[in-house]
Amino acid sequence: MKRTLFALLLITTLLIGFACERRGAGNNGGSTGPIVVGYYGDLSGRTSSFGQSTKNGAEMAADEINKAGGINGRTVQIVTEDDQGEPNKAATVVTKLINQDKVIALLGEVASSNSLAAAPKAQEAKVPMISPSSTNPQVTQVGDYIFRVCFIDPFQGEVMAKFSANNLHAKKAAILYDFNSDYSRGLYQFFKRSFTSLGGQIVSEQSYTQGDRDFSGQLTAIRAANPDVIYVPGYYGEVGVISNQKKQLGIKAPLLGGDGWDAPQLWQLGGSSLDGNYISNHYSVDDPSPAIQKFVADYKARYNILPDALAALGYDAMKVLADAIKRAGTTENVKLRDAIAQTQNFQGVTGRISIDKDRNAVKPAVVLKLQNMKFVYETTISPEGTPVTSASPNTGTSSASTGTTAPPAPPTKAASPAQ
Amino acid sequence: MDTFVQQLINGLNVGAIYALIALGYTMVYGILRLINFAHGDVYMVGAFTGYFIALQLGLAAGGPSLVSLTIVLLGSMFVAAVVGMIIERFAYRPVRKYSRMTTLIMAIGVSLLIENLFVARIGAAPRAFPDFLGSQSQLPYRLFGNAAISKAQIIIFLVSIALMVLLQWIVFKTKVGTAMRAVSFNLNSAKLMGINTDLIISLTFAIGSALAAAGGVLTAQYNPNIDPLMGILTGLKAFVAAVLGGIGNIPGAVLGGLLIGAAETFVVGYGYHIGIASTYRDAVAFAILILVLLLRPSGLLGSTVQEKV
Amino acid sequence: MPTFIKRILGLVVVVVLLVGMNAAMGREGLFGFGLPYYYGEIINLTGISIILAVSLNLITGFTGQFSIGHAGFMAVGAYSSVFMTVYYSEGLEKWLTGLVGATLGQSLVFLGVIIFGALVAALAGLVVGIPSLRLRGDYLAIVTLGFAEIIRIIILNIDRVGGATGFRGRVPPWDGRPIIPQYANFIWIGGFAVLTIVIVYNIVNSDIGRAFISIREDELAAEAMGVNTTRYKVLSFVISSSFAGIAGALFGHFRQFLHTNDFQFIRSIEIIIMIVLGGMGSITGAVLGAIVITILPEMLRKLPGDLYSYRLVIYSALLIVIMITRPQGVMGAKEFGLSWLKRPQRRPEGDKPAGEKGVPIAQQPAPPKEIEQGKEHA
Repeated sequence: MKRTLFALLLITTLLIGFACERRGAGNNGGSTGPIVVGYYGDLSGRTSSFGQSTKNGAEMAADEINKAGGINGRTVQIVTEDDQGEPNKAATVVTKLINQDKVIALLGEVASSNSLAAAPKAQEAKVPMISPSSTNPQVTQVGDYIFRVCFIDPFQGEVMAKFSANNLHAKKAAILYDFNSDYSRGLYQFFKRSFTSLGGQIVSEQSYTQGDRDFSGQLTAIRAANPDVIYVPGYYGEVGVISNQKKQLGIKAPLLGGDGWDAPQLWQLGGSSLDGNYISNHYSVDDPSPAIQKFVADYKARYNILPDALAALGYDAMKVLADAIKRAGTTENVKLRDAIAQTQNFQGVTGRISIDKDRNAVKPAVVLKLQNMKFVYETTISPEGTPVTSASPNTGTSSASTGTTAPPAPPTKAASPAQ
Repeated sequence: MDTFVQQLINGLNVGAIYALIALGYTMVYGILRLINFAHGDVYMVGAFTGYFIALQLGLAAGGPSLVSLTIVLLGSMFVAAVVGMIIERFAYRPVRKYSRMTTLIMAIGVSLLIENLFVARIGAAPRAFPDFLGSQSQLPYRLFGNAAISKAQIIIFLVSIALMVLLQWIVFKTKVGTAMRAVSFNLNSAKLMGINTDLIISLTFAIGSALAAAGGVLTAQYNPNIDPLMGILTGLKAFVAAVLGGIGNIPGAVLGGLLIGAAETFVVGYGYHIGIASTYRDAVAFAILILVLLLRPSGLLGSTVQEKV
Repeated sequence: MPTFIKRILGLVVVVVLLVGMNAAMGREGLFGFGLPYYYGEIINLTGISIILAVSLNLITGFTGQFSIGHAGFMAVGAYSSVFMTVYYSEGLEKWLTGLVGATLGQSLVFLGVIIFGALVAALAGLVVGIPSLRLRGDYLAIVTLGFAEIIRIIILNIDRVGGATGFRGRVPPWDGRPIIPQYANFIWIGGFAVLTIVIVYNIVNSDIGRAFISIREDELAAEAMGVNTTRYKVLSFVISSSFAGIAGALFGHFRQFLHTNDFQFIRSIEIIIMIVLGGMGSITGAVLGAIVITILPEMLRKLPGDLYSYRLVIYSALLIVIMITRPQGVMGAKEFGLSWLKRPQRRPEGDKPAGEKGVPIAQQPAPPKEIEQGKEHA
């Protein structure tokens, strides 16, 4: 017994003696040497292709910045951590990035649930975090250090509802969504609300879970309801198969989707059965604008694959951060946060990005048609009113209706007896 | 009516795959009283072997062709059979003499090893299995009303039934089959009768694994989305199918597989009328398992076996 | 030293350590110095892992019933306790704060929700255990696995706990706390880890524990000796589940965010690897296993990317190698330095119990050989 207690005491003393650091030391990354930015994402789990694309985009942006002489004379260095797509691990790696690697800002995560787990850590440590592609409205409500460069679910759901009602003249819609995915459920809700308010009718609502291999049951039920369009706000893995099985069941109505469809594997999975479907997306690789074409060409040269939307968003997130650091003239957290918040009409690959008062990006979405194994540009749908300084009306109405309005949670609320 | 018939076709289609995998579980359990957790992963290995064979031989580029499908199917069945024998030889045989728990943990270890090896080597992201039946471009055959059946579904049915009949023939009409039944009846007595039990066990794994691989390739014709973790849930459901039919009983496994497939599809297709979301489909198999355990632990076609002391 | 003084001294040391460590992890630090938050976090997560591993060891290591749904019971405990905290505890906490002050009030509320989480998890254990434990062990594995999956699906269907978004605080149509309060700190987590070890140790060394071990060694023989095997298996399973529920409650109030992705199959497997590594039937082994399996992946982060992605391969290969070479786990049933936790003994050492109730079939620690003989199917 004495030995056990003695060992315990010894270990504790050693831990406290050697590992401890002085509390209250500032963490602004200093003013010389490289600027360290943390990236966290899923690099080995089920959604690892998203995490990898985003990482590629961010790293390419950092390299471009460094080649052009860095930011205010300092180079950018990205430290990457893998969270395996688990919320618990996401929170742990963000703690590590902030406290061990002393990053001045964070980029990540793709999945909203992982961002939601990690964001409070960034908020508590007052380190700005920019999520490239977490579209759930709640993410930036965690606190005033949390931003994003993508549009949010309410807007994307609304875009497709408008497109199907106005451009496709659809009256009856069916929905097949991924039950397990927060993203998919968000789009489903907002599509439904928007489509019914435009006079349409939802005739069938079906769901599946990520990793399912057979959708014929749901599709047969949908076929019985005879819809004009079928909204499938899921990820490419399942969507490719859904499209295939839809065709085999002889359903003619087109599928509509979101940015989760955008991946090179989609074409192999769905093949020609994908023709005639539509998605909403952040950008189009076919966009003739020289900036986008240059990005696409550079990315292709570097990684030998066409950039998906997540790569473009990762790229933009890094560029927005670099732009803010340049304007702030420092990496000190409060000034950096304010500089990010003041981002206006930043010309990114995924459109002009303005950060609104809810720290969300206000920017247009494009609708693409799937044809001959390619995404073909169809139309652009902007947030109502022009993207100006104030919050877009979408954000206001939709969050009011979901009831997630609550003013950004004051960070002090999270204060705890432990820390 | 046509919707009902359609759902039945869909359900039996899924069920045929479960049945193919359940056969492997039931055979191994019959002989070793071991739940071969890695069996679901052998199914995955089968699908990926088919994928890589198609890629290596350039069959994927050749477009739809039944010949290519046959080559891929046989190739992957062969490779999976070898994989099954390797697993048996190097993982299960060394622990055969230990307690059930040890073998069960071993089975989980093997399953994790296969999955993680694949994830580490090729990533967890889904891949697209080449389409040999032209499912992506071809319209289904109309039966009546809206009910339709696709070429992929017909092929899955036919090949599954052919394989099951073949298995039945092997088990009941050949010498190897007789030996298998003897071993499953009593391993030690079989050994005393001069049966090379190690060889028979090895063969059982080979046959079971080949059937699972066939399931993997066939299902990929209907659902080209393959990933290293695809075997987990499918494998579990196939196991439930084996228990439902009466574990150790070959016709029982087929019946169980078809029933589970149909039950799942009907929950998806009609559940929403009575307030059951289609996501409960994965819960169906486990609910059935618990019911079977409570009401008839020996399964539909199984007979009660007394534990020997 | 008399046992009773030893125990008091032990308690004092444990309390001092908990409070000291907790202070070192906090914002203020201990005398101005603190552990890096990252280390603090890992130590807390290790504490939770210890509770999970030690409790799983009770059913798997000591009773010999293989459960692979421990994460499911953890999820039940986590969600039910956090649900109570978010929706039904605010008024109570205010009232208690007025009565006994903020710290004690909070602690009482937290203790209440932990107990609630443990009870709900125990109930879930009862529901799952009764059908599957009537039969032979293998089925428990599949049913627990299925149960964990069903739990996940059910939670995803409940909007009030955030569904697929995750549970961070109240979900708007309902009123409650906006954010899950961070009640759990190292005093709670470390305290419960110690408590779990002490309780499991005492159970194992009681009549009940001997019944558990007799089931592990030979179920038929135990039955023949008059042990109601089903009853004891269910009991062991329920106790084990309730501790998983406690671990879940602590996790929820520590992380302040719950998502079903954290309670998947792989989590259950992780806990199994802990006890296999540590030794099935060894409490100290389970503790060591929990520490290694929680800390090792964080240390491996320093490896280059390619190697890092092979860590799970290494885990599973390790599992296979251990099973072939040491089917009882690395430590087997060996313990070290825990005898001081035992309840004071009335009879002198070495005096064999004569006619006590319970079944002294297997003496503890059990020689691994007896397990190897369990090839009744052959």
